[in-house]
Amino acid sequence: MSQATDTDVREDGIIESVSGPVVTARDLDARMNDVVYVGSEGLMGEVIEIEGNITTIQVYEETSGVSPGEPVEGTGSPLSVDLGPGMLDAIYDGVQRPLDVLEEKMGSAFLDRGVDAPGIDLEKTWEFTPEVEEGDEVEAGDIVGTVPETPSIDHKVMVPPDSEGGEVVAIESGNFNVEETVVELDNGEEIQMHQEWPVRQQRPTVEKETPTEPLISGQRVLDGLFPIAKGGTAAIPGPFGSGKTVTQHQLAKWADADIVVYVGCGERGNEMTEVIEDFPELEDPTTGNALMDRTCLIANTSNMPVAARESCVYTGITIAEYFRDMGYDVALMADSTSRWAEAMREISSRLEEMPGEEGYPAYLSARLSEFYERAGYFENINGTEGSVSVIGAVSPPGGDFSEPVTQNTLRIVKTFWALDADLAERRHFPSINWNESYSLYRDQLDPWFEDNVRADWPETRQWAIDTLDEEAELQEIVQLVGKDALPEDQQLTLEIARYLREAWLQQNAFHDVDTFCEPEKTYRIMDAAKTYNDAAFEALDAGVPVEEITDIDAAPRLNRIGVQEDYNEYIDDLEDDIESQLRELY
Amino acid sequence: MKEYQTITEISGPLVFVETDEPVGYDDIVEIELSDGETRRGQVLESASDYVAIQVFEGTEGIDRDASVRFLGETMKMPVTEDLLGRVMDGTGQPIDGGPEIVPDERRDIVGEAINPFSREYPEEFIQTGVSAIDGMNTLVRGQKLPIFSASGLPHNDLALQIARQATVPEEEEEGDDDEGSEFAVIFGAMGITAEEANEFMDDFERTGALERSVVFMNLADDPAVERTITPRLALTTAEYLAFEKDYHVLVILTDMTNYCEALREIGAAREEVPGRRGYPGYMYTDLAQLYERAGRIEGREGSVTQLPILTMPGDDDTHPIPDLTGYITEGQIYIDRDLNSQGIQPPINVLPSLSRLMDDGIGEGLTRADHADVKDQIFAAYAEGEDLRDLVNIVGREALSELDNKYLDFADRFEEEFVDQGTDTARSIDETLELGWDLLSMLPKDALNRIDEDLIEEHYREDETAETVEAEA
Ligand SMILES: Nc1ncnc2c1ncn2[C@@H]1O[C@H](COP(=O)(O)OP(=O)(O)OP(=O)(O)O)[C@@H](O)[C@H]1O
Ligand SMILES: [Mg+2]
Repeated sequence: MSQATDTDVREDGIIESVSGPVVTARDLDARMNDVVYVGSEGLMGEVIEIEGNITTIQVYEETSGVSPGEPVEGTGSPLSVDLGPGMLDAIYDGVQRPLDVLEEKMGSAFLDRGVDAPGIDLEKTWEFTPEVEEGDEVEAGDIVGTVPETPSIDHKVMVPPDSEGGEVVAIESGNFNVEETVVELDNGEEIQMHQEWPVRQQRPTVEKETPTEPLISGQRVLDGLFPIAKGGTAAIPGPFGSGKTVTQHQLAKWADADIVVYVGCGERGNEMTEVIEDFPELEDPTTGNALMDRTCLIANTSNMPVAARESCVYTGITIAEYFRDMGYDVALMADSTSRWAEAMREISSRLEEMPGEEGYPAYLSARLSEFYERAGYFENINGTEGSVSVIGAVSPPGGDFSEPVTQNTLRIVKTFWALDADLAERRHFPSINWNESYSLYRDQLDPWFEDNVRADWPETRQWAIDTLDEEAELQEIVQLVGKDALPEDQQLTLEIARYLREAWLQQNAFHDVDTFCEPEKTYRIMDAAKTYNDAAFEALDAGVPVEEITDIDAAPRLNRIGVQEDYNEYIDDLEDDIESQLRELY
Repeated sequence: MKEYQTITEISGPLVFVETDEPVGYDDIVEIELSDGETRRGQVLESASDYVAIQVFEGTEGIDRDASVRFLGETMKMPVTEDLLGRVMDGTGQPIDGGPEIVPDERRDIVGEAINPFSREYPEEFIQTGVSAIDGMNTLVRGQKLPIFSASGLPHNDLALQIARQATVPEEEEEGDDDEGSEFAVIFGAMGITAEEANEFMDDFERTGALERSVVFMNLADDPAVERTITPRLALTTAEYLAFEKDYHVLVILTDMTNYCEALREIGAAREEVPGRRGYPGYMYTDLAQLYERAGRIEGREGSVTQLPILTMPGDDDTHPIPDLTGYITEGQIYIDRDLNSQGIQPPINVLPSLSRLMDDGIGEGLTRADHADVKDQIFAAYAEGEDLRDLVNIVGREALSELDNKYLDFADRFEEEFVDQGTDTARSIDETLELGWDLLSMLPKDALNRIDEDLIEEHYREDETAETVEAEA
């Protein structure tokens, strides 16, 4: 978290009352959303309501033992993040305090309170290479130099968005820390490698464009059936244990984004630890570097202070926008947005605001849409193009999607990955229900798949969808009369659909090979099932009994394609075997 | 210390007092009744001229003349290794007639959150000796894995069986004593009946487990509000033993449903806007503050493993108590009413059960190389058999294919042989997996599509197939 830079002299206030994370203060001279330090321990908080001379503050740390009469000190600055090199490979709490630094400062594995730490290391030096020369005119947002932040990412040093710009009068390459001036403008403005930005305010852009490129996830059911665009939005609702977090982790690992911002919002500590332990060992499929080199983690686990849960998603998206401004494709995962909504509800109820649906504040819907609106494919103010894709998990109480957070989210997002407890129970993973889910990006992304994978991608996919649809209808009949009562062609369709489910839709996140599936492989597995389908129906037409067709010993090998590294050869052989074994039957 | 005789309102478990000096939020309060009895409470809200106090032992008999003292500190638990073997009430007062407890330290019971950066990912397999857990939903050290049960089901027997049998096999060196791989057990009872409490105590005494246990007992007729501190005392003790004294600690908390009822009661008394079904909107956060106190910490020897038990009202797992619990814990074990009435012991339904930390805790070098595949295949086959049971009721077995009939047989044998092992049998993981292979070998080899082909070659029981082939002929 950044320290206040504003030098306004502000009057201290006095605590009036304390109730959990909500504290009121009397006679505090502060503006809405200002950061304040509460009590004798200086706990960080934010102003959320001003009424007469009473200011209400949400406190980002535990308030046990804090009592009325203690001082409250204003900073005159809104809640902001410090943006600059050093954010990748970092893990922050909800107000951008680096958790590794906190561990060191507190000398304990437990989170003490009243300890602050800057969001980026102010002393560390970085190698700055200018991109502009003396005499060049620069404007707000312009890139003035680069810093090799990690092996994967060149950090672009930009003129702050609120700068007036001017002519560069001094710039030099060399090693600097983030507070040293690297560029001077003719109007006297000095530019450093870091800048602050208030988290609740969207960073400016020129315009939002229609996304046309998919964010490849390496997950067959997503890329194949329900793709999300770079700059798109998606929601993953599902009951507990249905696979939200595993899906989010899979995206964080394998999505072809330049930068990943992972926000663990009110979820488990161990899930963050898992990322911290795994990501440095895993290779980014695009660059071959360690995954951590492109990742920024934000963790407000369920036992950490609830107010910081409310702020962590904003901290995350502001960092994402900053990298977008550099021209990068950023993917942000928020697990889980429901915890954020509940934090809003908790604070709101302590403020005794009028509750809306199920106790959530009336502004729930507005807050959700403001947040998802910050996603998109943008033309940046410096002329580069960049994107922020947002994928939010939703945890509906009792797994019931009719509740307010799920419903309000679905009104905004364009991709819906519906997790299904029934599938999870039979260990069909990822348990994304193919009948309920949708992607509104499908058509606009088809040209990309046609150009970059196969020209008949849309047709083959349509065949798969039709087969799965037909299966769903037939299953209803089977439930009543059994499979053997169906006509032979329908029995065959059921068998083909089963392979589509088992070989194509199912994917084991914990298998070294199967965990990531490139689009070519996604296409080829689907196409292999179609090859079987076409040859099988030919055999059926030629009078071969359905049992013989489904009994060929090549068919079960379809289910093993996922785990093959050299899948092309495997599939070529398999398709040959399927065709020849079927031809032998007639 | 200032004494106030300025109670303005008494409502449910709450007392409101006018004050003229600042009082810390969450601070401990002593209330002295006119007959000399003292009760303890905690500050729920502190304003400049009044405070709201939640009284642990209930407000019965308190009147406006009672005097109130603010102790100026938050609730503390005196901790020491000597707590092992001791039995206390729900507020931490010894009730076993033993010697006075001389604390090593007094620790805040709310506890601080473990820094996620400082955690170590749990991945050491715990052998509970129960096949449905070890084989299908493996528990690891530092996990929080609740038992989802309902009234009248034998969840206590399962918890006791785990407490008795749990070991970490092949503990490396350091084993100067055998206890190295045994657990210290912290038992936190909230609102359970005296009968249930006896069941636990008898078992602890019979097996000698009491010496490595610390017991906190809040019984059904003890004050409800007290229940909100019992698990915190238990977990504070657990953290101390694990992270200061290197113990591997197993915490059994029962019944979380009673705990949540107490939260609801307090919420209602405060006239808070209720969340789902009248439970407080902050119940998720509150429960997380308990459950997240499980885990491992980098550089520390010990661990805290949690086994909370809850009874689902109306057997309904969408009820807020199991629902919020499931959203926080790392899986859950379901006790099933149907299996129980079929006499299966322990009646664990493996399908909805889940251990999320299983994937990293099993496999070569941890359990066995074939574990993950065997588990996946058993899940698939059992789910298939379960599905077919509905159908077979309608169309009869004859209408089903040969393979479908095998799935039906598989499901039956799985329940009768794999799950039903009785409360006194402890199976090693090898025994569990071999049993799994016995069952899977009822199915034809090419139906085992979740298992690596080499593993099938290594473990598949050919003779069972021979039988099948004969049957087919
Ligand atoms: N793609 C997958 N491959 C293999 N296993 C999976 C996959 N997805 C989910 N699982 C299994 O399901 C379990 C639960 O998944 P996950 O933790 O993602 O659930 P969740 O929806 O995030 O639940 P909660 O809301 O409680 O956080 C995992 O621990 C894992 O065992
Ligand atoms: Mg999750």
